[in-house]
Formats: sequence, structure tokens, C-alpha cells
Amino acid sequence: MQDSHTTGAHAHPAPHGGGHGGDHAAHAPVATGTFVLVWVALLVLTLVTVAASTWFPGKVGIGVAMVVTPIKAALILMWFMHLKYEAMVFRTMFLSAIGILALVMGLTFFDYSFL
Amino acid sequence: MRSESGTLGATAVSPAAVAHHEHRDDIGSKTGMWLFLFTELLLFGGLFIVYAVYRHKYGTEFHEAAHELNKVMGVTNTFVLLTSSLTMVLSVGALQRARVAESLRWLGATFGLACCFLVIKFFEWSAKHHHGIWPGGEHLHAMPPGEGMFFNLYFMMTGLHGIHVLIGMGVMGSIAARIRSGHVSASRYAALEFTGLYWHLVDLVWIFLLPLFYLTN
Repeated sequence: MQDSHTTGAHAHPAPHGGGHGGDHAAHAPVATGTFVLVWVALLVLTLVTVAASTWFPGKVGIGVAMVVTPIKAALILMWFMHLKYEAMVFRTMFLSAIGILALVMGLTFFDYSFL
Repeated sequence: MRSESGTLGATAVSPAAVAHHEHRDDIGSKTGMWLFLFTELLLFGGLFIVYAVYRHKYGTEFHEAAHELNKVMGVTNTFVLLTSSLTMVLSVGALQRARVAESLRWLGATFGLACCFLVIKFFEWSAKHHHGIWPGGEHLHAMPPGEGMFFNLYFMMTGLHGIHVLIGMGVMGSIAARIRSGHVSASRYAALEFTGLYWHLVDLVWIFLLPLFYLTN
């Protein structure tokens, strides 16, 4: 037990430095100011969609919401959910999940827009 | 234990090395957390598809029905949730910097904002309930099919979202206890980080609910 302790302590730095580059050791905390800026951007973008839907109800309001809402989602995903700082594999995983959702949505609409 | 590590010499066994030797795989658990978030995404995604199909079918009824919703409350709740996402990342950041008390304060603020969200939601739903707009309510029952569908989807989706808020608050409470007891700490903050990921997903879903229900008139 004690033996494995020592070997473990000696052996660990190698695989850790090599394979897990983006892990806790290398994960410097993001500056607080960055998060505050993202938050301000999210509030402003929310006001933009609300203003557009109030002053330009109908197509323009909906169009603005359809452009701005994904931008807000991207801000949350990239900064608050750290995807910007994660390894490529997480971003790829996320994009494939979104891709599946988009595919299902697209195929559903292919069915219903011809009703 | 201490004396034994002493005999092994000054070569290796620093506290950090011992901490590293605990069997944990942060990349693996993070992958697991994201996979769980994908199932959440597809769960809400399915409801968004139902919404899209019925909005396509009953465009004018959806616009009429959306007038009944309180835009001010919907937008206020958006600000509340966005702010709670900020306090959540600040809580994680503080713990990463080993500022435990600060981390707990931000986590408490997030919990408080979540409460605030649910209180506003409660008043919103109560007002609807008062007017008989409620699944099974007489007013909702008498509505034209499209408007009825709008409110059924509204209650279904904001209700499911509300359950997620409640679960998030429960998790925050248990994580706060584990931070206090030292089980979640600067060298071991994944549990708080994942609570944050879950919380941001709850925020993310709400961001889409706002234009779909409150800004459609």
C-alpha cells in the first residue's frame, strides 16, 4: 500500500503532463472581469430582443430574436460553460449533439411544412 | 502514515502528490457531465420541436395567446437567471482561487436568485390560474385549439424548466455543505464546476423560452 503510494507519486507527473493538458493543473481561472463583461453583453442583448419585439412586432421582432438568441446561447456556452477553454473533444461532442438536434428539427419540418 | 512517508524521504510525497493519487478522473467525469447535459438538451429540444410544429400550424392563435403573458415578468426573470449564472461562475472562480468564504457567498447569491425566479414564476402562474388558464382550467378548455395548445406548451415547458431550477437549488445546497466540510475545495472543485454547468444549461433553456412565449406578440 505504502509502496504503491510512492511509486504513484513518482509516476504520476508524466501521464498528467502528457495526456491531460487542459486539466485542473493547467486550468488557470478566468478573470472575473471577463465574466462581468459577458454578463453585461447578455443583458444588453436581452434588451435588444425585447425592444425589437416591442417596437417592431411581427417579422422584424422575430427575426432579431432568431439572430440574437443563439448569440446569447453561444456567450453562455463559450464563457460561462467554459467551452472556449476546453479541449477540442468537448467542443466536438457539443457540436455533434447540436447537429443531431438540428437534423431532427429539420426533418420534422420537412414533414410538417407540406401539410 | 506520516512517519512512514517521512522515512520515504523528502523525494516525493508532498500533499499535492498525495491528493493527485486519489483515484479521480476529472476529464472522464466532465465528459460524463456533458453527456448528461446533451440528454437534457434533447429533452427540451423535443419540446421545442412540438412548439415549432404547432406554431407553424396555429400562427395567429399563438400570437393572440402570447398577449396574455406578462412580458415584464418574463424579462425580469431573464435578468434574474442571467445574473444567477454570473454569480455561479464567480463562485467557481473564488473556489479555484481557494477563497472558500467568497465562493460560499456567491453560491448563496445564486441560490437566492433561483428563489427569486421561482417566486416571480409563482405569481405569474397564480395570475393565470386565477383567470382559469391552467391545464384543465375552464377558460383554457374553452379556448380555440391553437391558443389552448400555446398555454399547454407554456405550462409544460416552463414547468419542466421550473423543476430543473428546483433540482439545481437542491444540488447547490448539498454542494455548499460539501464546500463547508472541505470535501469540495480549491484542489477538488469539479463538483461545484459541474453544478455550474447544470445551472448554465437551465439558464440556456430559459433564454430560448423567453422569445418563444413572451416575445411572440
